[in-house]
Amino acid sequence: MSRKILVIGEVKDEALRNVSFEAIAAAKKVNPNGEVVGLICGNGELTPLGEEMVQYGADRVITVAHENLQNYTSEGYGQAVMAVIEEQAPDAIVMGHTAIGKDLTPKLASKLNTGLISDAVDIEVDGDRVQFVRPIYSGKAFEKKIITDGLTFFTIRPNNIAPLEKDPSRTGDVSEKTVDVADIRTIIKEVVRKASEGVDLSEANVIVAGGRGVKSAEGFKPLYELAEVLGGAVGASRGACDAEYCDYSLQIGQTGKVVTPDLYIAVGISGAIQHLAGMSNSKVIVAINKDPEATIFQIADYGIVGDLFDIVPLLIEEITRLK
Amino acid sequence: MDIYVLLKRTFDTEEKINISNGQIEDDSAEFIINPYDEYAVEEAINQRDEHGGEVTVVTIGDEDSEKQLRTALAMGADKAVLINTEDDLEDGDQFTTAKILEAFFADKEVDLILAGNVAIDEASGQVGPRLAEALDMAYVTTITDLKIDGETITIEKDVEGDVEIVETALPVLVTCQQGLNEPRYPSLPGIMKAKKKPLEELEIDDLDLDEDDVAAKTKTVDVFLPPEKEAGKMLEGDPKQQVQELVSLLKTEAKVL
Repeated sequence: MSRKILVIGEVKDEALRNVSFEAIAAAKKVNPNGEVVGLICGNGELTPLGEEMVQYGADRVITVAHENLQNYTSEGYGQAVMAVIEEQAPDAIVMGHTAIGKDLTPKLASKLNTGLISDAVDIEVDGDRVQFVRPIYSGKAFEKKIITDGLTFFTIRPNNIAPLEKDPSRTGDVSEKTVDVADIRTIIKEVVRKASEGVDLSEANVIVAGGRGVKSAEGFKPLYELAEVLGGAVGASRGACDAEYCDYSLQIGQTGKVVTPDLYIAVGISGAIQHLAGMSNSKVIVAINKDPEATIFQIADYGIVGDLFDIVPLLIEEITRLK
Repeated sequence: MDIYVLLKRTFDTEEKINISNGQIEDDSAEFIINPYDEYAVEEAINQRDEHGGEVTVVTIGDEDSEKQLRTALAMGADKAVLINTEDDLEDGDQFTTAKILEAFFADKEVDLILAGNVAIDEASGQVGPRLAEALDMAYVTTITDLKIDGETITIEKDVEGDVEIVETALPVLVTCQQGLNEPRYPSLPGIMKAKKKPLEELEIDDLDLDEDDVAAKTKTVDVFLPPEKEAGKMLEGDPKQQVQELVSLLKTEAKVL
């Protein structure tokens, strides 16, 4: 059993990403009685973020602030996190399976000479045995994995493990650790913001995705409007990306992103197996397509056969009215 | 430049997954080069054509993996290496793979290693960064552009839709993201030539490793398919009625609004 669990939080735009809180809940699942130690790397004042991790269930939090941690680099974060791991000697480590988590955790696992279970969507505890459920073949199947040797080290997919309720009265120690972060061989010259503003596709609760049926980049506009009224993000099928209606960063499928929102609205998407692999584990699926034979209807909870250019504006209207 | 590509043989993306006796059936499946590794092969060939040098593709697998290596050679890679673990290893994990590759690269001169950012089967995305760390090389994952200008390398890296411009130097390991290039199809002359290109086969003994050195740290204890979705509800009526019913169902039945 893991007595001390390190939760590596993740800061984006000066706020903790939700998956940081989900990771605290995951740590508690692995061992309800273990000590949960949060870790936040960044630059500037991190104490309020540390306090937030405590309110979400961390027992105490360590922050590492350094100008070389302003932007994430594997080397910078690697040095900071390794210094904390060496000092704390945790029995388990958990982090979100995000761009940063995917980049950093294999490096740490290699340094620590340990296994790593990536992208867990559920954790099952049976006595001393902890099983991690993770999708394989882009969600066409699942596997249960266990750690057989060494540290319990895993990452969790955003949006799958519910965070604990925030308790503003909860208190815990938030301490700063000084780490000298130097000799970084990869330098971030610039960050170009291209992602849809606001909601990140991998963490979105609602996704409105368009396919070839949307017919043009112009045709995606109503989809963006619909996503906005729903507080969600826009995604796309490979067909739509190949046809240059939108950027590849929006692609959902076996190549591209795998998503599991609460609500997935597939607009003008026929439902190729590669696309289904990326979204079929969404909680509720709505399909809008003019072809009643489209495969997407076989996995949709609700289907509308019709012209998306009629349906989507009506849907925007109806949802706006509701709110 | 000495360029290496890490390649994995995976199920074709068209394949449905079937399970029998707790194992994924692979008897009748079609196999391909992991799509993200194809970007790596294409990029390696392009960089070699621009800067000179040699491209070696490396895979860990069994005899069947030779086909995917030949495809990479037909695309334009110069040499291939198959590290055949069929007789030595039952189950491996990402720790195993990275350890084997680390041993393989121990005596190699390397300028650039390219890999896919993830394999579409097990999808851990660990091997690239693990190997880079073990070789003490800088690495950049999910790249969508790579420019080498003398000592300086400029990379565009996809970060959940945003683009980071990263500067680094050789040697470096990169993992490839969709958008980096358009992988070519092997040409007929390419396929003919590939038959004569060198394909070296190694076993872990040849790398001074034994089973214990690479023993997995994790184990798969079960494999299962997601529950079949029940057929959904098709909404009837004119568009206005369909939409009203949908919104009402999303609110009251599905409770997602």
